[in-house]
Amino acid sequence: MPDTPPIIQVRDLRKVYQSGDVPVEALRGVSLDVRRGEFLAVVGPSGSGKSTLFHVLSGLTPATAGSVTIDGIGIAQLDEAGRTALRKDKVGIVFQKYNLLPTLTAEENIAIARHISGKDIAWGPAFQEVLKALGIENRLHHKPRAMSGGEQQRVAIARAIVNNPAILLADEPTGNLDTQNSEIVLSLLRELNQKTGQTILMITHNPEAAAYANRTIRMRDGLIAG
Amino acid sequence: MLNQLVFENLKHRPLRTLLSAAAIAIEVAMILTLVGLSDGTLDESKRMRRGIGADIVVRPGSTSVMSFSGVTLPEKLVEYFQQQPDVEIATGSAAHGIPGGLMESASGVDLAKFSTMSDGLRFLSGGPFQAPKDIIVDERYARTKQLGVGSTLKLWDKNWNVCGVVEPGKLSRVFLPLPVVQELASAPGKLSQIYIKLKDPSRTDAVVKALKDNPQLGSYQVLSIDELASLFSIDGFPALRQFISVVIGLGVVVGFLVVLLSMYTAVLERTREIGILKSLGASPAYIMGILMRETLILSITGAVAGIVLSLVTQWTMNTFGGSALVQKMVPHWWPYTTLLAIAGALLGTLYPAMKAVRHDALEALSYD
Repeated sequence: MPDTPPIIQVRDLRKVYQSGDVPVEALRGVSLDVRRGEFLAVVGPSGSGKSTLFHVLSGLTPATAGSVTIDGIGIAQLDEAGRTALRKDKVGIVFQKYNLLPTLTAEENIAIARHISGKDIAWGPAFQEVLKALGIENRLHHKPRAMSGGEQQRVAIARAIVNNPAILLADEPTGNLDTQNSEIVLSLLRELNQKTGQTILMITHNPEAAAYANRTIRMRDGLIAG
Repeated sequence: MLNQLVFENLKHRPLRTLLSAAAIAIEVAMILTLVGLSDGTLDESKRMRRGIGADIVVRPGSTSVMSFSGVTLPEKLVEYFQQQPDVEIATGSAAHGIPGGLMESASGVDLAKFSTMSDGLRFLSGGPFQAPKDIIVDERYARTKQLGVGSTLKLWDKNWNVCGVVEPGKLSRVFLPLPVVQELASAPGKLSQIYIKLKDPSRTDAVVKALKDNPQLGSYQVLSIDELASLFSIDGFPALRQFISVVIGLGVVVGFLVVLLSMYTAVLERTREIGILKSLGASPAYIMGILMRETLILSITGAVAGIVLSLVTQWTMNTFGGSALVQKMVPHWWPYTTLLAIAGALLGTLYPAMKAVRHDALEALSYD
């Protein structure tokens, strides 16, 4: 699909953090295109800037310079409210630590994402099939503390895609899981990408996890290294 | 959905929820108890004055309506009033403060004349004075002091024989023969108040005016019973109104501080959860809405509990609290106190809510 515009377009992205009085340049001019329907893995060692890239793409932190376009929206210059709206409408996020609300059941954790986006909290049969594919349709009435790490991460994935986001961003989604659960989660992400065409950008330091993606880029010292 | 999250949050920390609601309940109960006490006590005093059956009251000048002290009116005035053409009957009472009683006094009356004027004391048990050491008490006084006919009541280091228990609502809770109280007050031939019943009550204002215009009565207060009753209202006691306002203010401040502290710790504790909501795209208004709803539920629950608590204090006061203070139910204050509690609590949530809204999403997500 070379003639369709990339769903994520990053140009000369720079991000400088202030660590005390010392400025730290985490991204030093990253340029990147992600095609619609692509499953991209971003790998690199600690401090390479991959998590910072994740935070900027998800709108959790603003860029210092450069341009970022997600599904046609330039986000680099968005204010806090704009970036909040981006997370609500365009981006689904999966974290390493699952980040489920502990007081709500799995079903409510998924439903609240729909409520925040202003949608009817009841989902349709298509999403019910997704829940079945994720293997959590019988765990929906459980609270996170009663679920395994793998189950929690699958609920987090369901929550991230319940609003049909343009992109799914996953930050070390298997970082807290054992091998068996890691394989289940990664297979589910690949299946999701293949069956629904969901664009996925996954940050990982693990080459085995990256192998589930259909493209891998490497980061080093705040730059794309290949 | 939001309500579900709010209820789950409240259930998640039951002790904090309970303490916050309890603080608001105490705030509401404190206000309702104070207002109920002042209204109840004033209303009871008003009812007692009206129960005398007089149309006009003559009092010594410069004495408070809440006070019967000052046995200074010459008894011969009763005779003077009795001779006036409009007057059907005139009688007087002498009051003597009861030691240890809060605003309580015993009234010395000419029982025969007082009974004629007031349609008679209604005896629930026993009967009129038979001996100088006889004392009559009303039902409330008897209940709070656990007295009955034949009981001995010790007052002013003397033992009195309870000869009758009467229905409350007429002048006083404790009655003695007039000469006995005059002797106790070391004021023979003197009275605290004189009551006048007119042949034609519609002439009350005219007679009051005539008595006020009489230079011989210049140093006395002459009041119609309606005027006297009107003084037994909160408007008649500016200091009491100020006191109530101060207590209400303190109550609201306490509620405000407790909720502020509670919600502040809640926000701190839920920093990560707030970060999660932000990562899902929750707007500042959404997050603030969650905290405000929590506060609303806390304050409404607290207010309802406070109203119930005020009924408990009412029962306690009216059962064990002595006979002088009467607490009545003040349902017209329920909405005010509920709104005050809600307003104070919402105000207390404002700062923690602003703090939550301003949390950086990334920092919040990394909070453990």
